[in-house]
Amino acid sequence: MIRFVLPIAAAGLFLLHFTSCSKLESSEGLLITGSSTVAPLVADAAQRFEKENPGARIDVQTGGSSRGINDVRKGLAKLGMASRALKTEESDIQADTIAIDGVCLILHSDNPIEDLTKEEITAIYQKQISNWENLGGSAADIVVTGKAAGRATLEVFLDYTGLDSADVQADVIAGENQQAIKTVAGNPDAIAYVSIGAAASEALAGAPIKLITIEGIEPTTENVAKGIFPITRPLNIITKGEVTGLSRTFLEYLKSDRIHDLVEAHLYVPVSP
Amino acid sequence: MSPSLRDRILRLSLGATAILSGSVILAVIVFLFREALPALTSGKLSHFFTDLRWQPGSERDPQFGLTPMLLASLLVTVLATIIAIPIGVGGAIFQQFYAPASLGKFHDRLLELLAGVPSVIFGFWGLTVLVPVINRWQPPGQSLLAAGLVLALMILPTVGLTARSAIRSLEPGLLQGAAALGMGRPATILRIIIPAARQGIGAGCLLAIARALGETLAVVMVCGNIAQIPHSLFDPVRPITSTIALEMGYASSDHRALLYAAGLILVILTGTLVASQAFRKSRLTPGQAG
Repeated sequence: MIRFVLPIAAAGLFLLHFTSCSKLESSEGLLITGSSTVAPLVADAAQRFEKENPGARIDVQTGGSSRGINDVRKGLAKLGMASRALKTEESDIQADTIAIDGVCLILHSDNPIEDLTKEEITAIYQKQISNWENLGGSAADIVVTGKAAGRATLEVFLDYTGLDSADVQADVIAGENQQAIKTVAGNPDAIAYVSIGAAASEALAGAPIKLITIEGIEPTTENVAKGIFPITRPLNIITKGEVTGLSRTFLEYLKSDRIHDLVEAHLYVPVSP
Repeated sequence: MSPSLRDRILRLSLGATAILSGSVILAVIVFLFREALPALTSGKLSHFFTDLRWQPGSERDPQFGLTPMLLASLLVTVLATIIAIPIGVGGAIFQQFYAPASLGKFHDRLLELLAGVPSVIFGFWGLTVLVPVINRWQPPGQSLLAAGLVLALMILPTVGLTARSAIRSLEPGLLQGAAALGMGRPATILRIIIPAARQGIGAGCLLAIARALGETLAVVMVCGNIAQIPHSLFDPVRPITSTIALEMGYASSDHRALLYAAGLILVILTGTLVASQAFRKSRLTPGQAG
């Protein structure tokens, strides 16, 4: 018996060692992790950057803003992506804003509601208003779509409504923007909050969703740029300490106006350096 | 090279592959255990069973109740199994005894194709096709039922293909004996084939159950992800795997350790299942069990 146990244990230890030592980042390339809202923009920028700088390899992985922040803190990635501002307790890292996005409320195209106020939104997400009839819509229960803990859209939404995550009474919880959009597209009675960029491009692509106005203000990139749309957030690149080499060059590239056309193509608002 | 040396080399290399496949799961368990250790030693684990809700992100009142999610994992698995086993085993019997050979082969290929469909595809199909249908019937659509149906589809090939190969590998003598006794086809199938192939079918079902317990990507899209004890098939649920997938990316400290502990519980659950099957087998056929 012992003859078999020993090699198994040895192999197990070996594998354990192997898994805990493996680094995500190779010496030649650059790994960026984090927000699924920022990732498509950074991935496009990376593609262009790689074309202009042969030899550079940039790997973009998603997993939510908190992953981006955690990975940079732990040194697993040189650059992180976060679709929210840093909190006061996150002063050990820096954020560079590369674009501005808004968070909007979306409904199914068949829903007659066109506008909601902050009070109505807050009441819907606490189930104080639970039927569209009470808001002038058809008699149907509202299907409240929330976001999983740790998602930046959730934190931005909680900031706006002043709710604690324990107050939110959701019927369905989605992970990424896409899942929330598909939930609303498949459900005439659903409501969800998602990135304006993601929602607008899905609506353009023909998904049966609409971006409603909030207190009369349209969720457009113009209104986000003007600063009048009420729920906005910075799309940030997170770094810790001084970054050098490829990370530095790519960070400067992301902050430059050379990616402004990409920012606009993703329906975000560019920031002037 | 002498035959005995060749034999030793073969023995060593085969042994190495066996040790590798066996040790990977041990390494995974050790890793899970190590990551979950802070939760196990600090007594935080009791939150799993004393807290009523799962709200790790709440600043006012963080709670870590695992019971609804443990229940959800079990319920979606049971539901998927109840749907998939009769269809899978029935299909295998039909194919072996009633269907023309060409149709049977076609059925096989279809099942194999089903087995090869990536789980993200099942998830998107469930979210965009199945969920809206259930929603028209009983909102919100993302539900225990949706998760059970999608999982049933995913484990159907495992159940069907192992049942078929279990039936096919039965001794021809059994069938000939039944025919010689003048038994009709229904009696042969119910009294001879199913009992004789029970063990093979059971092993397939076990694999399917383990797969259903562990499936993540498809389930997270269709189950609704609300950590609650469901009162009907149409209530959204959140299995353990969904929670880990949704939250592991950003979780830190206690929350993270508790997620690993939840994963460990899932592994223990699957392990218990496998062990109970092995135990049952060894009692049923003491001569053959290894």
